[in-house]
Amino acid sequence: MSELRNYTLNFGPQHPAAHGVLRLIMEVDGEQILRLDPHIGLLHRATEKLAETKPYNQSIGYMDRLDYVSMMCNEHAYVRAIEKLYGVTPPIRAQYIRTMFDEITRIMNHLLWLGAHAIDIGAMTVFLYAFREREDLMDCYEAVSGARMHATYYRPGGVYRDLPDKMPQYEASPYKKSAEIEKMNENRQGSLLDFIEDFTRRFPGLVDEYETLLTDNRIWKQRTVNIGIVSPERALALGFTGPMLRGSGIAWDLRRKQPYAAYDQMDFEIPIGKTGDCYDRYLVRVEELRQSNRIIKQCIDWLRKNPGPVMTDNTKIAPPKRVTMKKDMEAMIHHFKLFTEGYTLPEGEAYAAVEHPKGEFGVYLVSDGANKPYRLKIRAAGFPHLAALDEMCRGHMIADVVAILSSQDIVFGEIDR
Amino acid sequence: MIRIYDFKGVSNQEKKNDFSKREYSVQDLLLLVWIVAKVLLVVICLLGVVAYLTLAERKVIGFIQSRIGPNRVGPQGLLQPIADALKLLQKEIIFPTASNKYLFIIAPILTMTPALAAWAVIPFDQGMMLANINAGVLFLFAMTSLGVYGVLISGWSSNSKYALFGALRASAQTISYEIAMGFALVGVLMAADSMNLQEIVLRQQGGIWHWYWLPLLPLFVVYWISAMAETNRAPFDVSEGESEIVAGFHVEYSGMSFALFFLGEYANMALLSFVAALLFMGGWLSPFEGIPFLAQAFAWVPGIIWLILKASFFLFLYLWVRATFPRYRYDQIMYLGWKVLIPVTIVWIIVVGFAIQFGVGPWFSH
Repeated sequence: MSELRNYTLNFGPQHPAAHGVLRLIMEVDGEQILRLDPHIGLLHRATEKLAETKPYNQSIGYMDRLDYVSMMCNEHAYVRAIEKLYGVTPPIRAQYIRTMFDEITRIMNHLLWLGAHAIDIGAMTVFLYAFREREDLMDCYEAVSGARMHATYYRPGGVYRDLPDKMPQYEASPYKKSAEIEKMNENRQGSLLDFIEDFTRRFPGLVDEYETLLTDNRIWKQRTVNIGIVSPERALALGFTGPMLRGSGIAWDLRRKQPYAAYDQMDFEIPIGKTGDCYDRYLVRVEELRQSNRIIKQCIDWLRKNPGPVMTDNTKIAPPKRVTMKKDMEAMIHHFKLFTEGYTLPEGEAYAAVEHPKGEFGVYLVSDGANKPYRLKIRAAGFPHLAALDEMCRGHMIADVVAILSSQDIVFGEIDR
Repeated sequence: MIRIYDFKGVSNQEKKNDFSKREYSVQDLLLLVWIVAKVLLVVICLLGVVAYLTLAERKVIGFIQSRIGPNRVGPQGLLQPIADALKLLQKEIIFPTASNKYLFIIAPILTMTPALAAWAVIPFDQGMMLANINAGVLFLFAMTSLGVYGVLISGWSSNSKYALFGALRASAQTISYEIAMGFALVGVLMAADSMNLQEIVLRQQGGIWHWYWLPLLPLFVVYWISAMAETNRAPFDVSEGESEIVAGFHVEYSGMSFALFFLGEYANMALLSFVAALLFMGGWLSPFEGIPFLAQAFAWVPGIIWLILKASFFLFLYLWVRATFPRYRYDQIMYLGWKVLIPVTIVWIIVVGFAIQFGVGPWFSH
């Protein structure tokens, strides 16, 4: 009798479901997974090392590029670490703006995840629906920072600038009639807050729309229920955070357990799953979409009533106002110093974490008193999740690997760094 | 109408010799030309349908997904299929080094040919068909089953792991759904008491309630699900499985050899839609038959128009389903086929048997 050997299958890095550049070496028996070995590092850009060579503020942009679908949340962890070490508190309005944009980012991330998860399981329509809404949120990014993705909007001591009174408008083109353009610009006539408020009013209905396509769909349930189960104990032991942990039934959320920004003022609920399978993780994230929407609404209400500064007046760390620079010698010097050598942080170390859409995203900063970090360590939320992929996939089929992988919400920008 | 050469009245001896010795008359030549012309007409029309089906797919799915779809090539993107065909013609056909070249080239042809050959027995209107054979349904069934060889051979000959997975999945799936589909067709044969497609349609005369979709509703549903599985379309597209095994059996193909797989797939979709219309929806019969005023008002519409409309509806269903549902997992497809569809058909065949025995309703009382 001839010897039976298992198949070794190379999955990726060029694979439509590899979520970027993941490479998996799978040992399969028929279609069943026996062993699975994720290979990472194909998107390694040495972010941590690069940060050591630059004044603090110049690394904010690198944070955007870590998890490139939840940009501002990455920035938030970084600027919080700096603020913690320096001992500066941003003004309250900036805290609310950050809270609002963290949640906008969360919706953006979960929409992309929802679309990618659905398309991996074969339902392609949700992807385009999700991107339609994501477009509006990108416009919010654009309105506030000028960039649609890599915003660099959060700064140590606050945010770059206050919310604008005008939304960017669509312009006429040979392909769009002016009537169409007018219709597209209808909800962009007011300020950014008006636009976001309009979005929050529409959004719950849109989430219902995604849910009609998926939640009770028999095929969707067959593909996700009881797939990739992680027990609560294992989830804790494996270092899961965020929706992965909550999907397993543990109500751990940094926004509630270690409130930062304005989250202690917010009224929201933390959804948790029961069995810890792909379906639960799906339900948790969909509910988070709704909860984020609620938080954004509360932020809008507060921001409308409470104007104020959005940047600390400590000009050692934040640039002084242009107007003062014209008259005030000291302001001029501060400006010069900030934009040539940056600022120095006191010797010491700080760890700041935020509830990133994917889990706990932390930045550990060691300073030796210079204007650059001595060491910057990033705790990527997706890294422990990916490390558990082998355990989650064993015994499942090839098609389930794709479902489990996308239910982890992996982005290689942050895993490879 | 087709005239088949009549051998009656020719002795055995003469029959043996007639091909070498017989003198061909001009009439025979004309007959041959006429048959070839009809075949060409059907094939060219079919290729046109396939080409524009790809455009329709992109447009319909685009509409469902709230986007535009192709609109740059020609007015409203109408020339897109031609541009696609030209592009594919120019592409190099790449042979993987470790592949079996002969089988690699034969596989797409094997997929394409049966998909076209099956059209020989499809009646487009009363008497409007290439070959009016008595075992029409059987021929159809045989031809659609042959398609799996192309898939299997392509997967094996490309010598790629993904292609092999796709081929294995496709053959297992096609074979199991063939059984469900076969049983669904058995119900139709029993009801119509004939295997001739034209006969089957004529048996459904008498208006929309006389068509077989109603008495054979479970079989109709099973047939349609199997039709989607047979053609490897979403949600049963595990053999292509874009997000799992990349493109499955045709992952190594490029250029025209790749296009042939697509032509075969879409020709099969169109075929099964026509068959659905013929077997269950009264073929070319008008839906207004028997309704006092509407029947007269629509009497001028030629039967082929009704048939095309019905088939288009089924083709639209293909696209609609593709845009809506997630993909099944491979083992779940087998589960559905063996444990749900086949039992349903068996039960309903028994029910139909009893219905025929006792002459139930307007359908089985003849």
